[in-house]
Amino acid sequence: MRYLPSSEADRKGMLEAIGIESVEQLFAGIPESLRLRRPLDIPPGLTEPELIQFFRGAAGRNATDFTSFLGAGVYRHHIPVVIDALISRSEFYTAYTPYQAEIAQGTLQAIFEFQTYITQLTGLDVANASLYDGSTGLGEAILMAHRITKRNKVFIAKSVHPEYRAVVATYARNIGIEIELIDFTESGRMDYAAIGKAIDETVAAVVVQTPNFFGTVEENSEIASIAHKHGALSIVNVCEAMSLGILKPPQDADIVVGEAQSLGIPMNFGGPHLGFLATREQFVRQMPGRLVGMGEDQKGRRAFVLTLSTREQHIRREKATSNICTNQSLCALMCAIYLATMGPKGLRHTAEQNIQKTHYAAQQIRARTKHSILFSGPRFNEFVIQLKEDYASRAQRFMRSHIIPGLHIARFYPELGNSLLVCVTETTTRDQIDALVKGLE
Amino acid sequence: MTKENPRTSSHFQINELLVFEQGMSGRHAFDLPALDVPAVPVAEILSPTLLRDDVAGMPELGEVDVIRHFTRLSTWNYHIDLGLYPLGSCTMKYNPKINELVARLEGFSTAHPYMPAELSQGALEVQKMLETALAEITGMDAVTLQPAAGAHGELTGILMIRAYHESKGRPRRTVLVPDSAHGTNPASVTISGYEVQNIPSTPHGTVDIARLREIVNDDVAAIMVTNPNTLGIFESDIAEVCEIMHAKGALVYMDGANLNAMMGIARPGDFGIDVLHINLHKTFTTPHGGGGPGSGPVAVKKILEPFLPIPVVALKNGGNYLFDYDRPQSIGKMKAFNGQFGMHVRALCYILANGPAGLKEVSETAVLNANYIRAKLTGAYELPYDSPTLHEVVFSDKLQARFDVHVADIGKRLMDYGFHPPTISFPLIVSGALMIEPTETESRQELDAFIDAMLAIAKEAEANPELVRSAPHTTRINRVNEAAAARKPVLRWTQT
Amino acid sequence: MNPEGLLYTKDHEWIGITGDTATVGITLHAQEALGDVVYIELPGVGDKFEAHKSFGSVESVKAVSELFMPMSGEVTEVNSTVKDNPETLNSDPYGKGWLIRIRIANPAEASALLSAQAYDNYIATEA
Repeated sequence: MRYLPSSEADRKGMLEAIGIESVEQLFAGIPESLRLRRPLDIPPGLTEPELIQFFRGAAGRNATDFTSFLGAGVYRHHIPVVIDALISRSEFYTAYTPYQAEIAQGTLQAIFEFQTYITQLTGLDVANASLYDGSTGLGEAILMAHRITKRNKVFIAKSVHPEYRAVVATYARNIGIEIELIDFTESGRMDYAAIGKAIDETVAAVVVQTPNFFGTVEENSEIASIAHKHGALSIVNVCEAMSLGILKPPQDADIVVGEAQSLGIPMNFGGPHLGFLATREQFVRQMPGRLVGMGEDQKGRRAFVLTLSTREQHIRREKATSNICTNQSLCALMCAIYLATMGPKGLRHTAEQNIQKTHYAAQQIRARTKHSILFSGPRFNEFVIQLKEDYASRAQRFMRSHIIPGLHIARFYPELGNSLLVCVTETTTRDQIDALVKGLE
Repeated sequence: MTKENPRTSSHFQINELLVFEQGMSGRHAFDLPALDVPAVPVAEILSPTLLRDDVAGMPELGEVDVIRHFTRLSTWNYHIDLGLYPLGSCTMKYNPKINELVARLEGFSTAHPYMPAELSQGALEVQKMLETALAEITGMDAVTLQPAAGAHGELTGILMIRAYHESKGRPRRTVLVPDSAHGTNPASVTISGYEVQNIPSTPHGTVDIARLREIVNDDVAAIMVTNPNTLGIFESDIAEVCEIMHAKGALVYMDGANLNAMMGIARPGDFGIDVLHINLHKTFTTPHGGGGPGSGPVAVKKILEPFLPIPVVALKNGGNYLFDYDRPQSIGKMKAFNGQFGMHVRALCYILANGPAGLKEVSETAVLNANYIRAKLTGAYELPYDSPTLHEVVFSDKLQARFDVHVADIGKRLMDYGFHPPTISFPLIVSGALMIEPTETESRQELDAFIDAMLAIAKEAEANPELVRSAPHTTRINRVNEAAAARKPVLRWTQT
Repeated sequence: MNPEGLLYTKDHEWIGITGDTATVGITLHAQEALGDVVYIELPGVGDKFEAHKSFGSVESVKAVSELFMPMSGEVTEVNSTVKDNPETLNSDPYGKGWLIRIRIANPAEASALLSAQAYDNYIATEA
């Protein structure tokens, strides 16, 4: 087989050196009753041209010629070509986890840069080397708050991404952590009064998302103030990391966690993406995930190294802060390259276009269609339209015009009826927005 | 031997500052198309109190600056395309380039997970094909592709076991974990709300069956086994382990990290295992990426199928695929959306490239290569367990420790010979453990070069121990002062 | 090798008793086995622990060791200097590297501890 370099002669030589006649003898330790004595029932091996043909066919059965207004936690942004050029270097993508610092400084320095970028975007002291994604990151943040406060209840805004809340429920259920949902008001924001009424000294953390699932920008200072007054932590979840390029980072948060897919990572049908977690210095030993630190080698040269590893599973085992081992390192590198490419001004400019195009789309829908836009609060690049009629009939028409007008969110929020979550980014053209509006008239 | 080795010591001369130390105000690397909607100032759309100043400390770079910076960093990395990684338990095999091409096809990389199913039939078909292939390779009944990595798969599997027991009346209390287990095993148990109960290994390195019989009762929910185990030894009593557990109504979880030893030769499902995770970034060669992304699909027997995370990829009448969320006994979601799809494409491509004969040859060759190394290094290094080993072998530093040379030193000295060290200090049951797994994609030449290096180091340990203890000598930087880095952690760059 | 005036445990802690108070630390052998200490987790003043229970932990780069109470008692003092300078634990485990001071709850527990000689024998046979 073409990926196996040894020839028949090589194999013979190795068998001789071992002192056996055939490879089969090496499997003598497996009881016969457990042996598979038929070929695996999988398709026969394909040549390279056949593989390309097969996968081109499969990829071709995924629509690429539709205008999409889907967001909801996965965002279409321009991805600079330099990113793929750099991460296609096998020095980056075929390298192992950087446990041996002397021969992994490339990965280690790049991840240190990623950690730094995340602290700059979030305004917090320290960030880890990545988590799987925003949803598991939120799960980890809640476990972290539980460890720090030793309390068992968490308040989560209902406007936090429903799939994130589902993941949190899975993580929390078996550790005895109780989740209480806090509703949203007409502005789309978390109901501060409701938090104030319900909170007590059994609450470990109050969790809000900004911009939230409806696209509404939340202000965390009041939420954090209520939380801190009762000894709870303030956790802010960010699904649309692009927003941090122009919006003030969450104020007074103890943990900012979320998804950085918007910063240089393709949508990839849902993964791989990029979870990040940032927190205050005082909580660093409670953080999950890897941490890259800066130090020196024996000759006093600057060197980067995985550090504070005693938190992790390979040392602490059952007492580890998390079971995470492999994370999203290459995606963190992609994010670092993206931010290096965009710079603060490029990032801001891109974020601005998101706001301006979204504003235009919302205005046009208000002016030219009979549908209403829910939630009066400020927004970044998403908003919710409440349709004046049944979604199904519209959906057919849009399909024929090759437009996906947004996400029908009745599956998550049945109380919002025929509602569509619409996302407009810097990649959406005016023509595309006008076509959407026309389709809604 | 102090001559530089180009595999691990390139670019002495080029030092590379942090990106934050290099920005020049006014440089830019990316141009956005002009705004095509009315240019309403953002401060008129959103209250200025919501807006930040430009992110402080972010450097401004040109495209050439970005390319040079990261290219230079890349030259400091050892990587698979350069040479062997003999890392036990990691299965660092060659990453075929075709996998990278197919993963980047537009229909896959630009697909949004919330697209209507009729617009994502290609992606759904890829996922279904991968599930089917993995089920066949492991001898199991159903697969979920949702877990993001091996540890995540472990958590998924244990949670399904818990849901199963809950459906039978009560979750039970403990999970048995061998003392040779990978650290993610006990960590995953704790997060599932179970208690870890350690089970010792016999002097042959396998699970102590007699002890197992004594301690398993109806308070035990499951056992986590690795087979072959972390010493590379096949647990030949595995069927009996499963029987003992099942007799008490407990289930068996298998850590599938060592699947590379037995594809087409034996299947965990046929041992009696109830659930296992598979590391796509090990056996199925999705690239390590410097620490991820990985992917940890979980395969189950029928009894656990109702508990699979949602959604499940289903085939409707009429031949269309869709995501099925209507699964009342599901444990819920382990992760938003549907797993690390980009890695699924790569893994499927690898399976389709190999076919049944290819995969069997992979495992046969992996085992051959490991045993060749074992034969050549035995005598020079102590072999703590003499049972037959499959795709990996564990030596110890006992013979070298007589000269005060330890496993970490041996690893560092290997860098001077142009190799990445093997896995060191794991499993914990061997003091000074050196775990070697060459995988099947290494030529005899590469193996011989590695063997020669290891033999040379064994001689050096005796004749010139200080040389080994102070290694590496030829890499760009030498040993990092890890204690100092941990005492006063500096985890980000700050403007001074 | 190990100071005479102290008593020892098999977990490699030492305890120096004066009346109803005592000072607790870890032995030379323990810090050698750990390697360079990077972090020490200690309890708060007023915390109470039974004998043999964990009252904190000591971390090196690659390992974590729990600290176990040689005798039951209430913490009256915590050595903040050693917390801020963990290398002191390596350089002076019996002096400046002391960890906590306690008020002893049950003096009779001292009879279960090892003398310096007994501890020396213990580590000689263990090694």
